Amino acid sequence: MSTKPINTKEKNPLQKATGFLRNNSVPVMFILICAVCIPISGFSPSYLLSEIVTRMGRNTFLILSLLIPIMAGMGLNFGMTLGAMAGEIALIFVSDWQIWGIPGVILAMIISIPFSVLLGLLCGKILNMAKGREMVTSYIISYFINGIYQLIVLYMMGSLIPIIHSSIKLPRGYGIRNTVSLLNMRQCIDNLLAINIGGVKIPMLTFIIIAGACLFIIWFRKTKLGQDMRAVGQDMQVARDAGINVERTRIISIVISTVLAGFGMILYLQNMGNISTYSSHSQIGMFCIAALLVGGASVDKASIGNVFLGVTLFHLMFIVAPQAGAKITGDSMIGEYFRVFVSYGVITVALVMYETKKRKAKSLLGAQLRLDQLKEEDEVK
Amino acid sequence: MNDQLEMNQYSIRDRIIGFAKNFGLPRLIIAGFLLLLFIAAPLVGADFLTQLTNTINRFSWNAILVLAMVPMVHSGCGLNFGLPLGIISGLLGATMSIELGFTGGFSFVIAILIATPIALVLGVGYGWLLNKIKGGEMMIATYVGFSAVAFMCMMWLLLPYHSANMVWGLAGKGLRTTISLEGYFDKVLANFLQINIGTLSIPVGTLLFFALLAFAMWAFLHTKTGTAMTAVGSNPTFAKAAGINVNKIRLLSVVMSTWLAAIGILVYEQGFGFIQLYMAPFYMALPAVSAILIGGASVNKASIVNVIIGTFLFQGIVTMTPTVMNSMIHMDMSEVIRIIVSNGMILYALTRKTEATR
Repeated sequence: MSTKPINTKEKNPLQKATGFLRNNSVPVMFILICAVCIPISGFSPSYLLSEIVTRMGRNTFLILSLLIPIMAGMGLNFGMTLGAMAGEIALIFVSDWQIWGIPGVILAMIISIPFSVLLGLLCGKILNMAKGREMVTSYIISYFINGIYQLIVLYMMGSLIPIIHSSIKLPRGYGIRNTVSLLNMRQCIDNLLAINIGGVKIPMLTFIIIAGACLFIIWFRKTKLGQDMRAVGQDMQVARDAGINVERTRIISIVISTVLAGFGMILYLQNMGNISTYSSHSQIGMFCIAALLVGGASVDKASIGNVFLGVTLFHLMFIVAPQAGAKITGDSMIGEYFRVFVSYGVITVALVMYETKKRKAKSLLGAQLRLDQLKEEDEVK
Repeated sequence: MNDQLEMNQYSIRDRIIGFAKNFGLPRLIIAGFLLLLFIAAPLVGADFLTQLTNTINRFSWNAILVLAMVPMVHSGCGLNFGLPLGIISGLLGATMSIELGFTGGFSFVIAILIATPIALVLGVGYGWLLNKIKGGEMMIATYVGFSAVAFMCMMWLLLPYHSANMVWGLAGKGLRTTISLEGYFDKVLANFLQINIGTLSIPVGTLLFFALLAFAMWAFLHTKTGTAMTAVGSNPTFAKAAGINVNKIRLLSVVMSTWLAAIGILVYEQGFGFIQLYMAPFYMALPAVSAILIGGASVNKASIVNVIIGTFLFQGIVTMTPTVMNSMIHMDMSEVIRIIVSNGMILYALTRKTEATR
């Protein structure tokens, strides 16, 4: 009777375009913001390019650490801050032992591993106790561990944990200073094998390390463990029935993420050249997550492409927003607040979109079920 | 005979263990810790009554902010990490009241009058959003609060405020980070009916104001709508079947919570004596959340008693640790202890099994 074929696959170009826009609204919005802000800010293209290359080298590794928990269905790992703290503790020790340059960086990475693994295990265990609300829990864990970190660094280092050099200790004799200088380690990895193209310094070694991390993630997805993680991420119950140890798989994903975040933090800090002992890690989780989301990732899906697009767009906005804000309103603080607002706003929008999508899928499933039931009833009749 | 005695002992032991389980080990530790602090205070030379005064004072400042948690917990929206949204309405009320030239105690009334419609509008929007994302409330609430604070940071600079007591002296525009309330509503409630006995002073006015709101909340929860709210929180499907409009009730709870947060920050400011703008509201949700949890509430159950006990315990620890710790070991670890205690408590509540499967 019905001659009109119901074909959802074939859409006219307009529908396709709106669909594309809806799925990629955050990156598109960011491209628009940047397109408006870049001319206003008045920065030269070569300056912008060199800034972005620097920031890409600084931040990409940290953002890559977020991918594996997303694959395991645990959402955005706000607990990556734990890895950052482990990296900082390792760097404090290394700078106290005065091991500088590349050996220092490598040693710091090795020392950070046990701390990261320990914290990752703890975080994974707690998150297993709070299934279904991993994100808010991992977010609170990062605050909680920050308290413990302060307890250790501010009170125990120098009193219980031996710190040799007074240059990094507070004048009172224990506790670490607000900033620990890494001057002898500064950009040692970035400068090795660096190439200069038209005034833009490209830190090749850093990019090789980042490429290594990308290859690791691609390889890891194909392993048995990686496949298990994806199964757990799809449906925990089905995965359990298939004989996968769900709890263990989830813990491993968090541990890997924490260890990678520790490495990422060390790379980040060697580029910066100093540690803000009590504040370096506090914002890092938020900025990394915002950058990933800007790249078009969502709470349940993220790729390496998202990481690179995100880091470029997000930091482009970060560079131009204060200057553009100052030019428009005559107050430089406006731009500073604007970029903080945008970072939080992006995370909010992404979370809302994810939750509404989840609900829509759920209600679609319900509608489908109802249709099937009606059909069955008809057949019985 | 002996057997019976043993059995008796067992049952007492069981009862104690059962009580500890019910009450929650972290709560027991915190209560014990505070008790220890109160005992230790006179021993290290701190005046007990001064300490008690400080604790009661801080209780009176913060209690309403903690009370703001109750409606949303009841309706199943979880802990209101989006408290900064309500706080911002309160801040807008306070600054506008001063800008319009009101002084003294009257400026407090005007601040409440201005804050109320703002809180209602923001609350409706916030509640509408939370209705769209049932199940993910807490995380989104956190970020709604953060975004709102960051947005208002821009607004405090851009809005056309001119009152000389509030804007930066040199530029003549843009609000200062802290604004003194002297001459406005500084201690307007606290000085009302204040009782002074030696070093002990009790801000009866503020406590009465809290009691009034707490009683109103208690009474509301016993009305038809209040019972419906509890029903929505404990079993939304059942509530829907019983003919309750779940979304409407949830919206109402969010609006109430936002409004209470607005009033709460005004009461906080009148006690503290300053308006704090910009990033100050950022972390104000966490102490309120952990206070109600310390008082025995969980992610989906909270009462007025939880509010009172929790605020007292939390503020007790906040005020006592610096003095006692300082004189005991000459180290000011209070900030670190506060971070660990408050976030540890939230973490504990989030990981309870019974509540995880809601």
